Amino acid sequence: MFNVIKVKKGLDIPLYGEAKSEIRTADVDLYALKPQDFTAITPKLLVEEGDRVLRGTPLFFAKEKPDVKFVSPVSGVVKAIVRGEKRVIECIVVEADGKDDTVDFGSFDVKSATREQVVEKLLASGCWTFIRQRPYSLIPNPASTPKCIIIKGFDSAPLAPDYNTLLKGEEKALQIGTEAVAKLTEGKLHLNASNKRPLNFVPDCDRLQVNYFEGKHPCGNVSVQIEKLDPINKGERVWYIDVNDVVTIGKLFLTGRYVSDKTVALTGQEVKNTGYYRIKRGALLEPLLAGNVNTEHHLRIISGNVLTGTKTDQNGFISHYDNQITVINEGDNYEFLGWILPGFKKFSVNRTFPYGFLRLLCKKPVKVDANLHGGHRAFVFTGEFEKVFPLNVYPLQLIKACIIGDIDQMEQLGIYEVDSEDFALCEVIDASKTEIQKIIKQGLELMRKEMGE
Amino acid sequence: MKTIRKFFDNLNTKVEKGKKLHCLKSTVDAFESFAFVSKDTAKSGAHLRDAIDMKRAMSLVIIALVPSLLFGMFNVGYQHFISQGQTFAEVGFWAVFLYGFLKVLPLLVVSYVVGLGIEFTFAQFRGHEVNEGYLVTGMLIPLICPPDVPLWQLAIAVAFAVIIGKEIFGGTGMNFLNPALVARAFLFFSYPSQMSGDTVWIADKADAFSGATPLGEMMTGAISPHSSLMDMFLGFIPGSVGETSVVAILLGAALLLLTGIASWRIMLSVFVGAAAMGLTFNWIGSSDNSYMNLPFYYHYLMGGFMFGAVFMATDPVTSSQTNKGKYVYGLLIGVMAVLIRVVNPAYPEGMMLSILLMNVFAPLIDYFVVDGNVKRRMKRWKVEIKEK
Repeated sequence: MFNVIKVKKGLDIPLYGEAKSEIRTADVDLYALKPQDFTAITPKLLVEEGDRVLRGTPLFFAKEKPDVKFVSPVSGVVKAIVRGEKRVIECIVVEADGKDDTVDFGSFDVKSATREQVVEKLLASGCWTFIRQRPYSLIPNPASTPKCIIIKGFDSAPLAPDYNTLLKGEEKALQIGTEAVAKLTEGKLHLNASNKRPLNFVPDCDRLQVNYFEGKHPCGNVSVQIEKLDPINKGERVWYIDVNDVVTIGKLFLTGRYVSDKTVALTGQEVKNTGYYRIKRGALLEPLLAGNVNTEHHLRIISGNVLTGTKTDQNGFISHYDNQITVINEGDNYEFLGWILPGFKKFSVNRTFPYGFLRLLCKKPVKVDANLHGGHRAFVFTGEFEKVFPLNVYPLQLIKACIIGDIDQMEQLGIYEVDSEDFALCEVIDASKTEIQKIIKQGLELMRKEMGE
Repeated sequence: MKTIRKFFDNLNTKVEKGKKLHCLKSTVDAFESFAFVSKDTAKSGAHLRDAIDMKRAMSLVIIALVPSLLFGMFNVGYQHFISQGQTFAEVGFWAVFLYGFLKVLPLLVVSYVVGLGIEFTFAQFRGHEVNEGYLVTGMLIPLICPPDVPLWQLAIAVAFAVIIGKEIFGGTGMNFLNPALVARAFLFFSYPSQMSGDTVWIADKADAFSGATPLGEMMTGAISPHSSLMDMFLGFIPGSVGETSVVAILLGAALLLLTGIASWRIMLSVFVGAAAMGLTFNWIGSSDNSYMNLPFYYHYLMGGFMFGAVFMATDPVTSSQTNKGKYVYGLLIGVMAVLIRVVNPAYPEGMMLSILLMNVFAPLIDYFVVDGNVKRRMKRWKVEIKEK
C-alpha cells in the first residue's frame, strides 16, 4: 500500500557544493559522543579518562532514563572528557586503537522475538538513542508506547545527501531493522520516501505503509509528514527514526554487535572535492576536511545542513543524528552600503533583490555565508512566514506565545506538532533577524518541564 | 571606504560603555549601520540568512513615496499660482516646482528632526538599535498634511505621534495605531478650525479664490466635484501634499506590489470594500444627499483614499497579521471610509478615521482567525479522546 502526498508550501534553496556520488573512506582516529546532541538528557558518566573501551561499551547513561545508554563507536581509550561552563560535559573523546574489539550483544531472529526482547537489546547496545519522540524530539522513555512510528526515508534540506547512496548495499540490514522497529508499535509503521528520488529498495513488512512525499523543503521534516499522516493530539506520542539508523539496528540483530559505520555526505560551496565518506559515528571532521576546503576566507563548518545543523570547527566531531557535513563561508566582514546596493549575487527570496525574481525563473544555485545581513529588530512584516511554513499552525502567533512563555496559548496554537527545525526557513527569510529556532526550542523546553514528556 | 571604516572604528571606541560619550551610542550605531552592514554572523539556528533587512525594506517604501512627494511639491506651487490668477505657462515649470519645494521642505525637515530626535533618545534609553520605522513615518506625515500647516503644530503632532502613538507601547513593531495617522488625527482634532474648511489646502491662497477640495465640495452638497475626473486622476486639485495624484501613488503602489513589501490582499480588499459601499449607496439613492448618487470610482480619486489604501492601510504593524484577517481588515476600511464620507455630517474625509478605527479592530479580527485554527485543533483532540 502506498500513497503520494503533496506538500504545497515551502522553499528549496539551491546551493553550490552538492555531494558527488563517489564514496570514499577517511583515516580517522578520534571519535566523540556529544551529550548536547540529545534533547533533555543529563549525562552520567560510566568511564573515566584513560579507560579502555570496546565498540559498544557504554560511555554514559541518561540520568532521567537510566536504561538509555550511549555507547562508544570504536574500541580504544577514553582520551578526554571535555567540560564547558558549569562543568557541563561537552564531549567524551575516544582514541581508536585500530583493534576494533566489540561487545557481543548476541544475535537472534527478530521475527520470533517479543517487543520486550527487542527493546532490551536496543537499550543495551545504545541503538535506542536512534529513536526519537514527538513532541519534543527526545529519546523516548522505553516504558512508553507510540501511536505510530515514522521511518524518515529522505531529507529535503539544502544539499541533502541522496539516501540511495547512503543505503547502498544495506538492503538486508534495512529489512531486518525494519522488522525490529515494527515490533515496537502496535500502530502503523510509516516509511516516508521522496517521490522525486524514490528509494531503490523498500523493505517488505506486514504493517509497513510507504508514503511518497512531493514538494519543497520542509516536506522531508517529520512534523510535516506526521500532520499529513496522523496528526499529534495532546498526550499522544509519535516515534521517528532515520532509515540509516534502521540499518544500524538491522546490523545489530544480524551480527549481535553495534556496527557504528555510516555514510555521510561532505557538501558545501567551500569544499573542493565533495562526496560521500564511509566513516564511523562521531568521527573527527579534520581528516575529511584537511586540504579539501578553501582557506581564503573564514569558514563556517556545520555538522548537518545549513538550516538546522550545529556549528563546529575542523577539530569538531559529527553529531549523532547527522548524515551530512556542510562548509560555507563565515562572511564576518563589513559590507559598505550593503543594505541599498542592488546585490546581484546575494541570496534573498525577497523581490527587493534580483535573486528574488531570478529564483522564480530558474534554479540557479547561489553562494551564501553565515552573515546576518542586518541588525535585530522587532517583528514588523507579517504574512511572510506562512509562505514557507506548510504546517496548519500560525507560525508568528506561536513564536510570540513562546516568547512570552504562555503555555496555554502554546498548546492551543499547536506546539506539540512542531519542532524548531520546522521554523528554520522562517528564520532564514525573517527581515527582523529574530533567533526563531532558539525561541521555539525554549518554548518546547518550558512545555516539557511543565507538562512532562 | 577604508577611511569611513576607520572613522567609525575610532568613533565606536569613544562611545563604549563607561566613556563620556556613551549617551550617543545608539546614534553612532544608527549612522554606522547606514554606512556598513554589520559583520555579525548567525550565532544560533539557521546558518544562512536572507539578505533582506529592515533598512532595505523601509527604504523601498520611501522610494515608493518619491513620486508622490515630487508631484506634491509641484502641485503645491501649481495650486498657489492658479489661485493667484496666474497660469502655468506664465510662471514656468521650475518656478512652480521651486515654490512648492520651498513650502514642503520645511515640513519634511521638521518631521524628521523632531521624530528622529525622539527615536534616537528612546533607543539610547532602551539600549536598542534605532529602528528604521520612523524613516517611513517621517516621510508620510508631511505628505498627508495640508501645505499650509504651521510648523509648530506639525512639531507637536509629530512628538505626540511618536511618543503616545508608538514609543509608550515599546516602539516600532509594538504600536497598534499607525503613527503617521495619529499625527494627522492630532492635527485634525486639536486645530479643527485651521485644519479643515477651504482655506488650508492651497499655500498662500488669494482670498477670492475658492480653495475647496473635491471632498469639501461634496460635503456642501455639490452634485459632483467641479474638477474633472482627469484632473483628479493626475492630481491637479487642492489637497494634502502627497495625496492628490492618483498616478504618482499608483507608481508607488506598483513598486510596493512588485517587490512584495506591501500586502496585495489589503490593497485589493480596500478597493473592493469601497466599491461595494459606493454601489450600495447608489442603489439606495437619495434625493437630498447627492453624495449617495456619486459613482463609486469618484471615491478612489477624491481626497486621501488612494494614498491611504496604498501606504497607510498596508502598514504591516498596525494591520491584521493573518492572511485571512487582511481581507476582512481591508474590506472594512473601504466600507467605513465611504460610509464616513457620505453619511457623516462633520468630517469630509473618512479614510484617516476608518484606517485608525480598523487599526484598533485588527487584533480582534486576528483573534477570530486564529481562534478558528485553535477550535479545529481542540475538536480534533476531543474526537481522538472519544475514540479511545
